[in-house]
Amino acid sequence: MRIGVFVCQCGTNIASTVETEAVAREALQHPDVVYATSYMYTCSEPGQQQIQRAIQEENLQGVVVAACSPRMHEPTFRRAVEKAGLNRFMFEMANIREHVSWISNDRQANTRKAAELVHMAVAKLRFNHPLSPSRVAINKRVLVIGGGVAGIQAALDCAEGGLEVVLVERQPSIGGKMAKLDKTFPTIDCSSCILGPKMVDVAQKENIRLYACSEVESVAGYIGNFSVQIRRKATCVDWNLCTGCGLCMEKCPAKKVPDHFNEDLGNTRAIGIPFPQAIPKKATIDKEHCRQFTRGKCGVCKKICPVGAIDYEMEDEFISEDFGAIIVATGFDLFDHSSYGEYGGGRFPDVISGLQYERILSASGPFGGHIQRPSDGRQPRNIVFIACVGSRDASVDRPYCSGVCCMYIAKQAILTRDHLPDSNCYVFYMDIRSPGKNYDEFVRRAQEEYGVNYIRGRVGKIYPKNNHLIVQGADTLLGAQVEVEADLVVLATGVEASAGARELAEKLRISYDQYGFYMESHPKLRPVETNTAGVYLAGVCQGPKDIPSSVAQGSAAAAKVQALFSRDTIETSPQVALVNERACVACGKCIQVCPFGAIQWKELRGGIQKAEVLPSVCQGCGLCNATCPPKAVQLQHCTDNQILAEIDVLCA
Amino acid sequence: MTQSHDNPAHKQALTIVGFLCNWCSYGGADTAGVCRFKQPTDLRIIRVPCTGRMDPLFIARSLILGADGVLVSGCHPKDCHYAVGNLYARRRLEVLKRMLPFMGIDGDRFRYTWVSASEGQRWQQVVTEFSEQIRSLGPNPGVTGKSAAAATA
Repeated sequence: MRIGVFVCQCGTNIASTVETEAVAREALQHPDVVYATSYMYTCSEPGQQQIQRAIQEENLQGVVVAACSPRMHEPTFRRAVEKAGLNRFMFEMANIREHVSWISNDRQANTRKAAELVHMAVAKLRFNHPLSPSRVAINKRVLVIGGGVAGIQAALDCAEGGLEVVLVERQPSIGGKMAKLDKTFPTIDCSSCILGPKMVDVAQKENIRLYACSEVESVAGYIGNFSVQIRRKATCVDWNLCTGCGLCMEKCPAKKVPDHFNEDLGNTRAIGIPFPQAIPKKATIDKEHCRQFTRGKCGVCKKICPVGAIDYEMEDEFISEDFGAIIVATGFDLFDHSSYGEYGGGRFPDVISGLQYERILSASGPFGGHIQRPSDGRQPRNIVFIACVGSRDASVDRPYCSGVCCMYIAKQAILTRDHLPDSNCYVFYMDIRSPGKNYDEFVRRAQEEYGVNYIRGRVGKIYPKNNHLIVQGADTLLGAQVEVEADLVVLATGVEASAGARELAEKLRISYDQYGFYMESHPKLRPVETNTAGVYLAGVCQGPKDIPSSVAQGSAAAAKVQALFSRDTIETSPQVALVNERACVACGKCIQVCPFGAIQWKELRGGIQKAEVLPSVCQGCGLCNATCPPKAVQLQHCTDNQILAEIDVLCA
Repeated sequence: MTQSHDNPAHKQALTIVGFLCNWCSYGGADTAGVCRFKQPTDLRIIRVPCTGRMDPLFIARSLILGADGVLVSGCHPKDCHYAVGNLYARRRLEVLKRMLPFMGIDGDRFRYTWVSASEGQRWQQVVTEFSEQIRSLGPNPGVTGKSAAAATA
C-alpha cells in the first residue's frame, strides 16, 4: 500500500506545542508511507487540494491525516479523499489536537505522542479495505416528543412541508410552559394570544396526529426506520365522544383538587379540561382525587355526560408507530424553590415561584388577573423579586444561568407597576443578563420608566412579621444591609431538566449532561442534531433558552428532518459486522448478544447453519465480534487485526 | 518497548493504552481537550465503537507486550449508545481484572471506568489519577521478562 501522511498545524493550535515537521519526517520511516508533509490548515480548501494532488501524483492508496478529533473532521477528509478517487474508508485520522496539543504544553512529550499516534493510524490503515455503503428506504413520518412551543413549531413546520407528523404530549393539553405565561418579554405580547392560534393549527392540520396524555414507551430501530411504542394513558374519558362541553367539570363534587395548571394556587375539580384554550379540548379524570376511585362510588360525571364518554374502566393503551426521524422537545421543569430554606418557599404562602406569579397575573389565572396575596387575598403594596433562585448557585448544584429569569422578573415588575401603580417593586439581583434583541432596553425601561428598584445583592433571609415578610439582604453597590417589608415575594426560580428526561434519553440512546439537558452533536455547528442519527433536539431540553430561541430551534430541527426526507433512501454505514462462514461454528452466541436482532441463522446446502448479519440492521457496535469464540464475526473497519496492529506498534 | 522508553530524555515516560468508546468517553476526552484541561501525556487513545467491542485479549496483549497500564472507558451504564454494550463490557472486564494476577500482571495496571461526552473535567481527573497510579507502580516489569514476552508476541 502507498500511504500519505498529512500533519496539520491547525494554525498554532497544534504547531505551538507539537513539532509537526518532525512528526511528518518520522512518519516517512514507517512501512508503506511514501509521502508525508505538514500544512497550516489541512481542512481548508488548499489543504484538501494538497491531499487530492498527492493522491494523484504519488499514486496514494491510503491517507492518514493527523489533526483534530475524527469526531470533528473525519467526514470532511473522507469526502476529500473520495473526490480524488480513493475509497473513503482508506483513510485514518490521528487526533493530535484535542488529545495532544491542547492538553499539555510539553513540546517534546507532545511531539513524541503525536508521532506515536500517527504510527498507530498508519498501522491500522495497512489493514483497511475499501467498503461501500448500501441504501435503505426512509419512512417519511416524523415523531415530535413534547408539545410545548418548540415541539409545536417543529410539528407545524414539518406538516407545512407535507410530512406526516405524530405529536406526543405527556400532559392532557399541548402548550407547555408558554401556555401558563401571562405576557412575554420584551414586547409584552399576550402569551396565549400568540401561542393559541399555533395550538389550534396543530389540531386542525390534517397531517398532524396528536396524542395528548401519552408518553413514549420504547424506541427501536435507527435513522429512517424507527419503531416507537406510545403509551396512551387512561383518561377515563372516551375522547372520540367527548365534546369538551365542560358539564362534568361543573358538576364534579370533588372541589378541593389542587390546580396544577395554576401551579397549585387554586382548586379545580377531579375531572375537567386544564384551561380554556386547551388543545385537545377534552376532559380527563384525575384518578388521585376522583371519588369514584378514592371512595369507590360517585358516578356524577358518568350520569351527567350528555354523550356517555365517561369510562371508569379505561386502561392504558399501547400503540406502535413507525417513523423516519424523531424530534425531542421535552422542555423543562422549574427548580424546586423550597430547597432554599432561608427564603421560606413552600412554608410561607406569600413566597411564590415566578411561574406562580405568572398565573396570578394571568386573566385566566386563579384570581382572574387581580394581583393579590395567596394567603389572605389582600392586594400587596411592596413586592420583592429575588433573582437567581436555583441558577448560578453551585451550592444547590445549579451552577448554570437559566437565561430567562432576569428578563421575566423585569416583565413581571413592569406588569405589577401597570396593574398597581401605587405598589413598590424591588428586585434583588446578582448581575442582569439581557443579551437578546431589545432585551437590555426592556430592563432599562423597568428601571427608568417604571421605577422598579434594582438592588444588587443577595437576600440572606426572609421571615414573617406582623402579616408582612421581612426581606433581609445586602446592597453590594452601597455596601449596606437592606431590609424591605414586603407583602409578596416572588422567587425567580430557574430552569432544570424535565422530570423523566434521563429515562427518555436512555430510550432514545442520546446523551445528556450532568444536569439532564440533552447533548447536541456539536455545541456550535450542530446545535439541533444528537449523536444518534435521525434524532433531533428543540427547545429547553437541550439547555436553558427563551421563547424565540426555542421556536428557532424547533424550526431548525424541522428543517433538518425535511432535508433528511428530501431523499427516498439513506446511506447505511458499511462499518458493520461480517461473518466468515468458514470459521463460524454456529454456536449462536452472536445472535444472543446482538442488541438489535441484526444476526440470524442462515441455512446452507445440506442443512448446515451459519450466522448471518443483516447489514441494514447492524449498528456496528462490535459486541458480536468480541463475543464470537473463533472470531468468525469481524466488525468491518474495526477488526481484531486492525486494533491489534495499533496495539502492536504502540507496545511492542 | 516504545521508543520513549529508550529515549534518555524521556526516561520517565510511560506507555498507557486507552480504549475509548466513540460515543461517550472519546467525546469526553475531546471535551477535555477543547476545554484545555491539562493532563499527563503518557496515554495513547485507541477509538472503539463501544466498550462492548473490547475483547479482553486487547488488554492482555497490551500488558504482555509491555504496556505500563491500560485504561478502558465507556458510556455510563444505561447510557450506552448501543443500549447494553457497556454492560457486557463490565462483566468481561471485571473477570479480566481478577484474572490478570494469574497471568503475572499487577491488576492495578488495568482500570475501566465510565465517562460521558460532557464530562471533560472527569476525564482529566481519570487520566491524571490513573497516570499517577501507573507512575507509582513504575514501568511494567513484564510477565516473564520483557525479552521473553517479546519473543512470544
